[in-house]
This record gives sequence, C-alpha cells and structure tokens, in this order.
Amino acid sequence: MSTQTWTYLLVGLTFLVYIIIAIVARAGSTKEFYVAGGGVNPIANGMATAADWMSAASFLSMAGLIAFMGFSGGQYLMGWTGGYVLLALLLAPYLRKFGKFTVPDFIGERYYSKNARLVALICALFVSFTYVVGQMKGVGVAFARFLNVPFDTGVLIGIGIVFFYAVLGGMKGITYTQVAQFCVLIFAFTVPAIFISLQMTGNPIPQIGFGSKGTDGVYLLEKLNLLSTDLGFDSYTNIDRGNLVNMFFITGALMFGTAGLPHVIVRFFTVPRVKDARISAGWALLFIAILYTTAPAVAVFARTNIINTLSDKPYSQVPEWFTNWEKTGLLSFEDKNNDGTIQYVADAQLNELTVDRDIIVLANPEIANLPPWVIGLVVAGGLAAALSTAAGLLLVISTSISHDLLKNYLRPDISEKGELYAARVAIAVAVVAAGLAGLNPPGFVAQVVALAFGLAASSFFPAIILGIFDKRMNQQGAISGMIIGIIFTTTYIIYFKPQLGGPGLPENFWWGISPEGIGTLGMIINFVVALLVSRFTSPPPPEVVALTERIRTPRGADSPSGQAH
Amino acid sequence: MSKNKNTYWKTNLKYLAILLTIWFIVSFLFGIVLAEYLNQFMLGGFPLGFWFAHQGSIYAFVILIFVYVYLMNKLDKKYDVDEI
Repeated sequence: MSTQTWTYLLVGLTFLVYIIIAIVARAGSTKEFYVAGGGVNPIANGMATAADWMSAASFLSMAGLIAFMGFSGGQYLMGWTGGYVLLALLLAPYLRKFGKFTVPDFIGERYYSKNARLVALICALFVSFTYVVGQMKGVGVAFARFLNVPFDTGVLIGIGIVFFYAVLGGMKGITYTQVAQFCVLIFAFTVPAIFISLQMTGNPIPQIGFGSKGTDGVYLLEKLNLLSTDLGFDSYTNIDRGNLVNMFFITGALMFGTAGLPHVIVRFFTVPRVKDARISAGWALLFIAILYTTAPAVAVFARTNIINTLSDKPYSQVPEWFTNWEKTGLLSFEDKNNDGTIQYVADAQLNELTVDRDIIVLANPEIANLPPWVIGLVVAGGLAAALSTAAGLLLVISTSISHDLLKNYLRPDISEKGELYAARVAIAVAVVAAGLAGLNPPGFVAQVVALAFGLAASSFFPAIILGIFDKRMNQQGAISGMIIGIIFTTTYIIYFKPQLGGPGLPENFWWGISPEGIGTLGMIINFVVALLVSRFTSPPPPEVVALTERIRTPRGADSPSGQAH
Repeated sequence: MSKNKNTYWKTNLKYLAILLTIWFIVSFLFGIVLAEYLNQFMLGGFPLGFWFAHQGSIYAFVILIFVYVYLMNKLDKKYDVDEI
C-alpha cells in the first residue's frame, strides 16, 4: 500500500475511535461537563493531561527546533516539563481540596472579589484563545501536506471533529478521547525514533542511542559536533555563553507559565481526591517525559542524517522525499555557484540549502527510509496532538464564559440546565471562532504564544501560590500584583517584538533577556508587589483565612468555615 | 489552628524546600549555569552538562514528584488527615 492509502486508513481509523468514545462518554450535568464528574482515575487523568499538554508544537515542531539549536534547545525540554514539579508540589493538591471548577473560581473566592475573578477570567480567555488558534492551524497544515486537501478544507474537517466531541461530551468526552489520543501520539512519536535509533546505533532505546557509538564506532554526538564545525556551524553540544542568562529566563518563564496555564490546572479538578491530584501530576509528567526525552534523540538523528544525505551531494541525485518537500516550499535549494552540488554551510553567503525546522518530525521517517505505514502513523499522531490540545483549551474557554462570566458574574440565578446549555453554546461558538481564526491566522499568532506563557507566569502563578501559602495575602496585594505583573510583561513583549509593531531592538534587551523569557521577571515583580501591598493594607476576613487553612490538609472538606481550632 | 496541624504544615513545607532545591539544582544549575563546567565530564557519549539539559533534568523531575507523593501520603496518615 502507498503512503497515501496508509495515511487515509490510519487517520480515518483514529477519528472513528474518537467519535465512538465521545458518544459513549457524553456529559449529562454541568459537573460532568466541567470536570468530568470529578471521578476520573488518576492514571487516565495523567494520560489526558499529557495529551492536553502536548500540542502540535510539541509533536511536530520541537524536535526540529532543537535539531537546529543544539544545547540551547534544552530550554524547551526543561521548561515544558519542570512546570509539572511546581504543579504537583505547589498547586494541584490544594486546588483539588478547594474543589471548584475553574482558576477564576479560586481567585474570586480566595480574594473575595468579583473584580479579581474578572481579571483572572480575561487572562484565561486570552491565553486559551491564542493557543487554540495555533492548534487549528496545525491541523490544517497536517491535512494539507498528507491528505492532499486544501488547507481550508483541512481546518474545516478539524473543526467538525472537535465540534462533535467537545460539544457533546464536555470534559467527560474530552478526557476519555484524550486518553486514546495520548496512546496514538506517543506510539506515533516513539516508533520511528526506535527504528532510526536501531539503524544508526544498533540500540533500540533512542534516549540511550543518541549517546552511543554509531555503526562506524564513533560516538554519534562526537560525529555530529565534527560535522557541524566542519560546515561552520556551532558544535552541537557546546554552550553558547552569551545566551545563558536568556536561556535561564526562558526556561523559567516556560516552567512558571506551564504551572499557571488554566487548561492544565483544570485537569486536576477532575480526580476524586487530593492524593489522586498529586499522583496524577506524577503520571502526567511520566507520560510527557516519554516524548520529551525522545525528542532530543530525534533531533540528533535528523540533524546527522540531513548533513550526511545532502551535504556536498549532487542535486541530480537527491532522494524522492527531497523533491516532495521542495514542492511545499518548506525545503529549498538554490545553486549559487552553479556546480550542481548542494553546499550546506553556516555562511549565509555560500549556503544553498534552506530547511524549515517544522518539517523535521514529518520528514524524518522518509529521510531514514522507513516503511509507508510509519509515515501514516506520524500524521495520525500529529493530528491527535493538535486535536486533544484544541479540545482542552476550548473547554476552558466555554467554562470561563458559562460558569465564570454567566453563572458567577452576570446571572447567578441561572438553572443547572440553563448553565449546561450555555456551556454547550459557548463551546460551539468557541470552536467556530477558533477555526475561523485558524483559517486566516492573523500574522501575530505565533508571536503571542510567548505572551500566553508570559501572562500565565506573571499573573496566575503568583496569585495562586500566595493564595495557598500566605495566609496574610489580601485582595489589594493579589490584584495589584497581577495587574502590575501583566502590564510589565505585556509592555516588554510588545515593545521588543517587531512583529507586534514594537520599536525595540535586541541589543537593548534588559540583561539580554528576550521577550520569551521576560515572564520570569514579571512573575518576580508580581510576587514583590503583592507582598509589599498586602502588608500595608487590611488583612483578609476571617472566613478567607479559614478557607486558606482548610485547603492545606487533604481531609475535612466539610468542616464548617470559621470554626475555632 | 491546632498544634498537630501546625507541625503537619511545617513538615510539608520542609519537604517542599528540599525537593524544590533539587528541582532547581538539576535544571537551572546543572543544565544551564554549570553546564559548561560539567561538559568536560562524559556520561557514555554525552557531555554531562548537555545530558542534564536534554535528559537528566527530566528524569529527575519525574522522580521528584513520585518521592513527594510517597512522603505526603505517609505524612497524611501520620497526622490523620488522609482521605478515606
């Protein structure tokens, strides 16, 4: 069977599974719609969290990004996993004990303020929406390349599928679909890596393979360093000293941002007990780590393969995959010195080969000559990653509107049935809006993802941490911290992002910190402002202090508030 | 707040301080700040600093969470605040 047939077959099959699960696990109440009834098994929740978390970017772009960055690429690996330690230790168990549906719920009650809830709500909507548009675009790209449908049709198919299972199933349908999607995406990511690792090093475990000796008896990394420096690139494992401060801050912003992202936090409301929330974060990170420790191996294999197969080779003899990708414009060759061979070097004047880093994961199986079904599998995996993340984000958007805005802000007297109906309408509208934005993505979308992490780190993270660990924290402190943190971070990012119209130049970055990393500083500012302001204003009311005490121990959710101990 | 709950919370904070220190050391120190120094040592074919940034820190994160879960479950039982 051809690659095309395999792709249709595997994508069709996986979609069928998602739809069947959605019908079986549809939601009947708001509690099922928002938090899957609060009865999800911690391991299943771990898988769902992992699928929710690993987006089209993790699956398709990250390994490629690392392949061209070398050592500095570690900022994504550490940044997008280290946040789970913070989640497990500092947030998940306490928020589960608090026992409501959303992050704005917690902010609103802990800081006894409707305005605090509104600030949190707007942040949650902004973060989730910018994120989801990128997923929709990822779905369109994957369809367009491998199913030979136009980009627009690809996005529309994606909207249709998500619409169906998210509107029908709510959190319950989404959770169980995500479990299936996790299995598809992790299988699709590791199988080609195992094949290639065997091919290149004889070791079936990619995590060990890329630190082993190749078929010629030389360590793979040593060979790659040599190949890279010969062509004028930086040595792959060498450390870029001038970039260390920036790498430190970006890693931090991604970690604290992860721990503050509403669509991740909300997953820990779905398990039955506090101890389940703790262990669930452990399972989630374990499942995420499978992909995140394989990705750097894939990066090394792909980078070595590209140099070996293409550098100094005659253009007339390039393999078939090269010609296929050339058609998409994501790979291009310009014979500057007219010698008919490919010069792939660091010097931009002489370099003749341009490789878009986004194609690395998709092209990797073809480069390594793997059978056609593997390529079909990778496409199904990429779609699973994009769809699962999109669904999780859309749910946060709909919950924010029906629960936080409608039920708790505008119309507190709404009935359970009315709220569930509103939630379904909200998610339907959100799916369509995200799809339309994905069809015609505003040029700034890729740029605002940095903003999403920066905002989550500089607004939610400190407000939640202080709400749990500092009994003296009051609404004045938390709100001023959030607002100053957000304003600082947003201003810095817009000022230094030319794509957002900012006039700032990289040489004027504060201490060399790029906009991607400024969320760390925004977070520190938030903490300092909140602590200072709270100490000079009135303490929180006794029932809020009692609430803070209550969430600190797992048992006794029903003990009356304000009771003297 | 009862004395019992107070010691429970203090022990919890002590665990957090130890585990988060390790979290900081394996990622920010070994994987970034000290990576260049560590790169002179090899772990098989990996320069050590590079290995921490691309592999080791992630393994450490997973272990940290499971250790935390183990410690807290024991602590919950000891202070009789665990769930049924």
